[in-house]
Amino acid sequence: MLSLPNFAAQAFNGLVLGALLALIASGLTIIYGTLGVLNLAHGAMFMVGGYAGVVAYQYTGSYLVAVAAGSLFVMALGLLMERVVIRHFYDRPPEDQILVTFGLGIVYVELVRLTFGSLSQSMPPPSWAAGITSLGFMIYPTYRLAVVGIVAVALLALYLVLYRSRLGMIVRAGIEDAVMVDSLGIDVYRVFMIVFGIGAMAAGFAGIVNVPIAPITPDVGESILVETFVVVVIGGVGSFPGAVLGGLIAGEILSLTSMVDPAYSQVMLFLVMTFVLVVRPRGLLGEQGRA
Amino acid sequence: MSLIEVKALNSYYGDSHILFDVDMHVERNEVVALIGRNGAGKTTTLKSLMGIVRPSAGSVKFDGVELVGLPSHAIARAGMQLVHEERRIFGSLNVEQNLVLAGLTAPNRWPLDRVYEMFPRLKERRDSRGTDLSGGEQQMLAIARALVRDPKVVLLDEPFEGLAPVIVRDLVAACRVLAAAGQTIVLVEQNLAATLALAQRVYIVNNGHVVHEGPSRELKEQPKLLERYLGV
Repeated sequence: MLSLPNFAAQAFNGLVLGALLALIASGLTIIYGTLGVLNLAHGAMFMVGGYAGVVAYQYTGSYLVAVAAGSLFVMALGLLMERVVIRHFYDRPPEDQILVTFGLGIVYVELVRLTFGSLSQSMPPPSWAAGITSLGFMIYPTYRLAVVGIVAVALLALYLVLYRSRLGMIVRAGIEDAVMVDSLGIDVYRVFMIVFGIGAMAAGFAGIVNVPIAPITPDVGESILVETFVVVVIGGVGSFPGAVLGGLIAGEILSLTSMVDPAYSQVMLFLVMTFVLVVRPRGLLGEQGRA
Repeated sequence: MSLIEVKALNSYYGDSHILFDVDMHVERNEVVALIGRNGAGKTTTLKSLMGIVRPSAGSVKFDGVELVGLPSHAIARAGMQLVHEERRIFGSLNVEQNLVLAGLTAPNRWPLDRVYEMFPRLKERRDSRGTDLSGGEQQMLAIARALVRDPKVVLLDEPFEGLAPVIVRDLVAACRVLAAAGQTIVLVEQNLAATLALAQRVYIVNNGHVVHEGPSRELKEQPKLLERYLGV
């Protein structure tokens, strides 16, 4: 039913989903923008972050430890993956890169399924964000509100690292011209590895933060990956602000369309993406160049 | 011992063999020019020295260190810098960030004031993004970005290409100052007058082979060589 509280609740759900998509997409987009590799294992890494965090939670009962474990585990996985596999694919055609990351994603999913089974795993929200909050015009789960804040802080941290630090300066220069960065004495492969680790960590962080909202299964990353791609395309491939904007737009589209008819939410998302591609092929905030 | 000693260097672009057994040497404090027609292999020679094109065979001894097989960042750290023909300024960074980035891993970097003294125009534009610079300013920044690292040698690939005469004059003057201060330079340039004015020694490259080597004053007296290899 369409009513103001219903609409407001769906708009808030869209904001929460959008914030998470923004975070996952910014990880994907900085990896693609810097390394030129489309990481099809990104959705699986979101899922791995969730499982690593849940395991940490089962041992410690601490939400903070769970979030740290989920993020750091996926960061470590990202660093390892870049060093052992991805690095050998920079000079290979995009098809090879897509196949190898797609394959790694399947490996992660099946390893998790083998270890934990196909049943969903969950984790309660932390005590300080449990229950519901009254916003006057509606009541809303406190943790979902908290997630918007938590993700905003994570995005701010990512922004500071990417735009206000020395590493960020190198990364932005590397997105433009990695060969030139290398010939200025900076080991561009090491920078690539760090970027891959940070991008993966964004997915892992989102993965564990999302668990108290929606329990995870080994294949939760598949739909997330598709939505994340749409976000990146809408926002502009390789653009961090674009990923944030695209994430928020996609979150609202999915959520508000679901209110009318959930079956059409994905259709609507792809319609908007198609529209953006027709009107502005490089995405809303995409720079010209690679893409 | 020469600063750079190139022996039997061979390089490919994909399947095309571009450089054939190139031999050359560059002494300390010397300005050496590579001249030749378009596509002769001059740029490939510079890129092979810098490790951007990986030579398939041969040796490049740089201050006693073998460079062939090393990645570009290691070659840069050994003290070599290449100023690309396309300048390759980071457009998303401002002038100062371009310079700071270049100096990050240099053992003895120039203070920015020294760079700005040499190129006052860059000081005026220090906060402008790379994309907002004119061609001449981009070229100044490209050269300055190499100099910040206080390199043992600067490889300049067509630094005067496509610039207004007045800017070429300024850049030639800047190169003269550098050369007088003892900066070793390897120059690839189509502008023959500027080249012969700057370089002490010249290699003529043709179809990927070094076909002539000699002092630059000699070349002015051998119009036949110039005609044969440069069509001048």
